Amino acid sequence: MNGWYAALAALLPLAAAATTLIAHNRPRLQTALSLGFAAALLVDSALLFAAVWRDGIVVVQASGWAAPFGITLAVDTLGAVMTLIAAITGLACLAYATAEISEEDRRAFFHPLSHVLLAGVCGAFVTGDLFNLYVWFEVLLIASFGLLVIGGSKAQTDGAVKYLALNLVATSLFLLATGLIYGLTGTLNMADLALAVPRIENVGVLNAAAMMLLAAFGMKAAVFPLFFWLPASYHTPLVSVSAVFAGLLTKVGVYALIRVVTLIFTHDPAWTNTLLLWTSGLTMLTGVLGAAAQNEWRRILSFHIVSQIGYMVMGLALGTRLGLVGAVFYLVHHIVVKANLFLIAGVARHLVGSMELKRSGGLYVAAPWLAILFFIPAFSLAGFPPLSGFWAKYIVIKAALDERGFWIAAAALVTGLLTIYSMTKIWGEAFWKPHPDGAVAATEAPRAMVAPIAALAACTVVIGLFAQPFLAVAERAAAELTEPARYITAVLGARS
Amino acid sequence: MEATLAILIGVLVAVAVWLMLSRNLVRFLLGFAMLSNAVNLAMFVAGRLTPSAPPLVQEGAEGFASAFANPLPQALVLTAIVIGFGLLAFALVLTWQAQARLGTVRTDEMRVAEPPPAREAK
Repeated sequence: MNGWYAALAALLPLAAAATTLIAHNRPRLQTALSLGFAAALLVDSALLFAAVWRDGIVVVQASGWAAPFGITLAVDTLGAVMTLIAAITGLACLAYATAEISEEDRRAFFHPLSHVLLAGVCGAFVTGDLFNLYVWFEVLLIASFGLLVIGGSKAQTDGAVKYLALNLVATSLFLLATGLIYGLTGTLNMADLALAVPRIENVGVLNAAAMMLLAAFGMKAAVFPLFFWLPASYHTPLVSVSAVFAGLLTKVGVYALIRVVTLIFTHDPAWTNTLLLWTSGLTMLTGVLGAAAQNEWRRILSFHIVSQIGYMVMGLALGTRLGLVGAVFYLVHHIVVKANLFLIAGVARHLVGSMELKRSGGLYVAAPWLAILFFIPAFSLAGFPPLSGFWAKYIVIKAALDERGFWIAAAALVTGLLTIYSMTKIWGEAFWKPHPDGAVAATEAPRAMVAPIAALAACTVVIGLFAQPFLAVAERAAAELTEPARYITAVLGARS
Repeated sequence: MEATLAILIGVLVAVAVWLMLSRNLVRFLLGFAMLSNAVNLAMFVAGRLTPSAPPLVQEGAEGFASAFANPLPQALVLTAIVIGFGLLAFALVLTWQAQARLGTVRTDEMRVAEPPPAREAK
């Protein structure tokens, strides 16, 4: 039964995409199906997580083909946590979308595309096969293209061109690296690769393939200097679309980085980790400095995605168990917070009519409830105790100090400080300052918009106040990542 | 055979990179089409080229009678071709839309989403 939970994590969204497509001409039915399947995915991923927590790594051999010959699904604690958090974010954003999207947007296949995107994300989290990972990446990529241009404004077309171009390059690199690795090892099963890679004699080609994979995943994760597609496009689509993107897409890249660096490319950790550490430091700083120069809600938040990715990569780059604990904790915290901030930006636009900070203001008087809801994720992002971001930053920086990485710890702290600057800028401009037109257009937002935001804010508060259980999950995920033998045995059996 | 194909792949990638560095979106896409073909060929060669029989088991037989070609790279390349085709189709439509809505296919003229900082009003 455990295996079905893993398979359903990818199959449920696909079924949702098919049924919502069939119900295209019945708007109410389509919305109900969409939300119903999203809720079912949440239940399934919760059951999957419970199964992984209880019984250890869940492995499915598709069609009964024994590994490494068939396609393997392998879900460890990290994969299960990511699937669960993806399902939560997906449901929240789809619920928000019911109040946001127009009939025209719905007709542009919003619901089917959203579920294909979720299928790609969840598929990437549960697969144990490198080529299969490529396929799921493409599934989510093509769905994200479709979602990005719903609405069809000039800015969206412009943003989509840049998003598309850089992602096509990343995709080609990923495929080429997969081909080279297959040529070297004769296998694409990740557990089998972990055994085959140390035996490769032709280290030059292996390093080339490894660097291509790092570049491809780095581009997906939006690390320095490969992040330019992100701030060029994330502020253009529908709010619910950009919230899903902001929460999930780059994190799939980070997940893939964590997976290959801890499992497959373990032959020269000093070189890989140094490279990743520099990347992470520069990612944090460029992202946060880019954000400081922006004056629009979503453009500020987009640059902050980049800077926050730096913290996760930093946790990975430290190469220690505590670093990975920090990276995993950061991933969970960040997805919830970032998706929520984008949704709040949407409500702010609903109330004041613009996301330009110059043309907003007066929200604190008009909608104090929104001020509270913004305060929670914003200051969690900046790392204020006792919110979730404080613990995430604390663990990562503690891990850096343990390794005597004073420079990277300093970079992380400076980034945190500058994050406060950006958040107080939004606070000051959108909430405190009086509205330039004298009064705010509306003071109430549809309940379907506010409920997901409140739920995600509650998640942030819970993670912050009761950090211990979440820390235990992150510790277990990190323990599995630092001892790949467990993963390998679970997939291939005890034959090695 | 491998050497010939390797050189061909190299040439394709070189041409593709040159095209993709262009500021013209149409050229970029032509480059991407070439790059994806080069990658597919590379994947095919990575599975080793052998002059052996197709991987089909004769009726009634229990296994392969002789050496057989590796079917996996072909399956992978087939998948990659389909995916590449889908991406390219979308990209072409998007380029067309860019021409229709923005009036240009030159990427350095596309400054709608990220407008250059406004000059101070005099």
